[in-house]
Amino acid sequence: MIRYIARRLLQSIPTLAGITVIAYAIMFFAPGNPASQLLLDPELSLRQRQILADALGVNDPFHVQYGRWLLGDAPIDLFGTRIYEGRQIPIIDRRGNVSGYQDGTGLGVVRGDFGKSITSKQPAALIIGGTIGATLELGWLSLMIGLVVGIPIGVLAAVWQGSVFDQITRVLSVLVSSIPVFWLGLILLLIFGSSLQWLPMGGRFPNSISGDYTAWDRISRLILPTITLSSFTIATYSRFMRASLLDVLNQDYVRTAYSKGLSNRAVWFGHALRNALIPIATLFGPSLTLVITGAVLTETIYSWPGMGRLLVAAVNTQDYPIIMATVLIIAVATIIGYLISDVLYAVFDPRVRLN
Amino acid sequence: MATAKANIAILDKNTPNDYIKSQSLFQSAMRRLSKDYLTLFALFLLISITILAIGAPFIERAYGVSYTLPIKGSELLPFGSEGHPLGTDELGRDVLARLLYGGRVSIFIGISAAIFSTVVGVSLGLITGYYQGGRFTIVDDIMTWLITTLNSMPTLLLLILLTSVLTPNLSTLIVVLTLVTWTGTMRLIRGETMVQRENEYVISARALGASAPRIMFVHILPNTISVLVTSMAIQIGSIILIESSLSFLGLGVRPPEPSWGNMLTQAQAYFRKAPHLSILPGLSIVITVLSLYLIGDGIRDAFDPKSRK
Repeated sequence: MIRYIARRLLQSIPTLAGITVIAYAIMFFAPGNPASQLLLDPELSLRQRQILADALGVNDPFHVQYGRWLLGDAPIDLFGTRIYEGRQIPIIDRRGNVSGYQDGTGLGVVRGDFGKSITSKQPAALIIGGTIGATLELGWLSLMIGLVVGIPIGVLAAVWQGSVFDQITRVLSVLVSSIPVFWLGLILLLIFGSSLQWLPMGGRFPNSISGDYTAWDRISRLILPTITLSSFTIATYSRFMRASLLDVLNQDYVRTAYSKGLSNRAVWFGHALRNALIPIATLFGPSLTLVITGAVLTETIYSWPGMGRLLVAAVNTQDYPIIMATVLIIAVATIIGYLISDVLYAVFDPRVRLN
Repeated sequence: MATAKANIAILDKNTPNDYIKSQSLFQSAMRRLSKDYLTLFALFLLISITILAIGAPFIERAYGVSYTLPIKGSELLPFGSEGHPLGTDELGRDVLARLLYGGRVSIFIGISAAIFSTVVGVSLGLITGYYQGGRFTIVDDIMTWLITTLNSMPTLLLLILLTSVLTPNLSTLIVVLTLVTWTGTMRLIRGETMVQRENEYVISARALGASAPRIMFVHILPNTISVLVTSMAIQIGSIILIESSLSFLGLGVRPPEPSWGNMLTQAQAYFRKAPHLSILPGLSIVITVLSLYLIGDGIRDAFDPKSRK
């Protein structure tokens, strides 16, 4: 078991490295990348511009800059020995000449330093830290509702295969998968927020001077975003559960259980369901992707102050450090999600570990 | 083959009454499809939408409106107004004309990106599926790594990253959408090729001295055609969905060029005055994508001999 987990952990390292390389390369080779914007000051002479470019390290080749972005400028000491040199940054005096060198202060991505936001000048990690809570709140709730509602629907659709219920849920799940997330959000908002005025139009907390709010203030703001996001998780889980249970119901041991004279209910819930639930573990990773993608759109529509909305805002203002940090954090979360689902699968199904 | 045909001919002559004419896979699939009314209806819807989108300029000229030109004084006209059957938007542009042109853009992007990603996916899938083991293990490992890496980033996120550095116009959008969608087709075809290459017909083709490209493209590819058509129908649908999300966020098709996605960007501000602005473009997306998904499912069922009822 431990060997399996260790192997899966090792396998995710190249994937992670790949993501950072791809993300950094997109930014690096982009026309008008962030570094060149800093050099656009028309007051600078050509020589000053060159010195500044050297100081910023913009002229270094890709792999050097990538390494620096990853590890930072500041040296790394481990148990008193210097294991990473960092970079000597030139000190530029008022006339634009290099007067000396000092150790860099950038910590690099591996040490949690994603640089500073271009628009607000605050550390990117800090800004993102302030939005993660809102995204997690919405994401977890939608995942849980997907599980709690989707799985029973899938089970019933499988045991009543071919019934009206089965047909309706099948049509609904195809329909839901062809509705754009943001449009579902818009329409729900149009009906319940604008026309009926039952629920607020968006936000996470009510706008009030005192800052007080009741439980209903919070819950009422969660209802529509959660319905929007969880409709997709419900559709996914129910379809998957139906297929999984039907698969198990066709197996020999189920026929044996029937031939022992057990009731339908005992066979379905006592014998088949347990094994049919195992593959649900593999769905954790993909549904995490679904929720994250949905969150970007849902948060935008409902003015939910989460990471997705932050990302869209950052793209619109070309705030590269924020974009990079958000994308990386989401990618890491997705990889961890896939890792967890693989490990869970191996825990429940011993056959997986063997190959 | 010749002897087999001769045998059938003999059989035909000897048993004139109870002999059933043989059908190719394609023929029987078509027969099954012709009885699948849901798929046929979806096909009808899709063809109508496509014809309307292609005919957008003619329709526009015929009833004398423009899809980009704002008309002063006729902003936010409701449903069923005179001269504007579907009303106008916040700048006084005719919604029907914009819907048709938006569909033109969305469907064009969907189809071209799906074609490109299918071409890339099929070629790479065939090649990596056919060359297995031995000295090809490294290539296989690299491909697997690339695909897991691309797949571990949510598609929309990768797209947002790409469009944040590229100035999106129609062609970059198609390239970018191709870049993020080819992996699905490739995995599908790769798996299918790995199954097919073990079949007798491939072995006999090889024994007859057929070259590897000939085996891949002449022998194996036609046997994956049903999988391919299914995946393409579904892929066009997903690409239209992704494009609309991207355009909605302001990162895809840029105004004043209409697309179903970006027509919804401003809709939220006009909920009270003009709810039709939020409803119509979304409904168009849903109908189009739903038809594509249903067609995809229908074709898969028609070609799958096991699904015979």
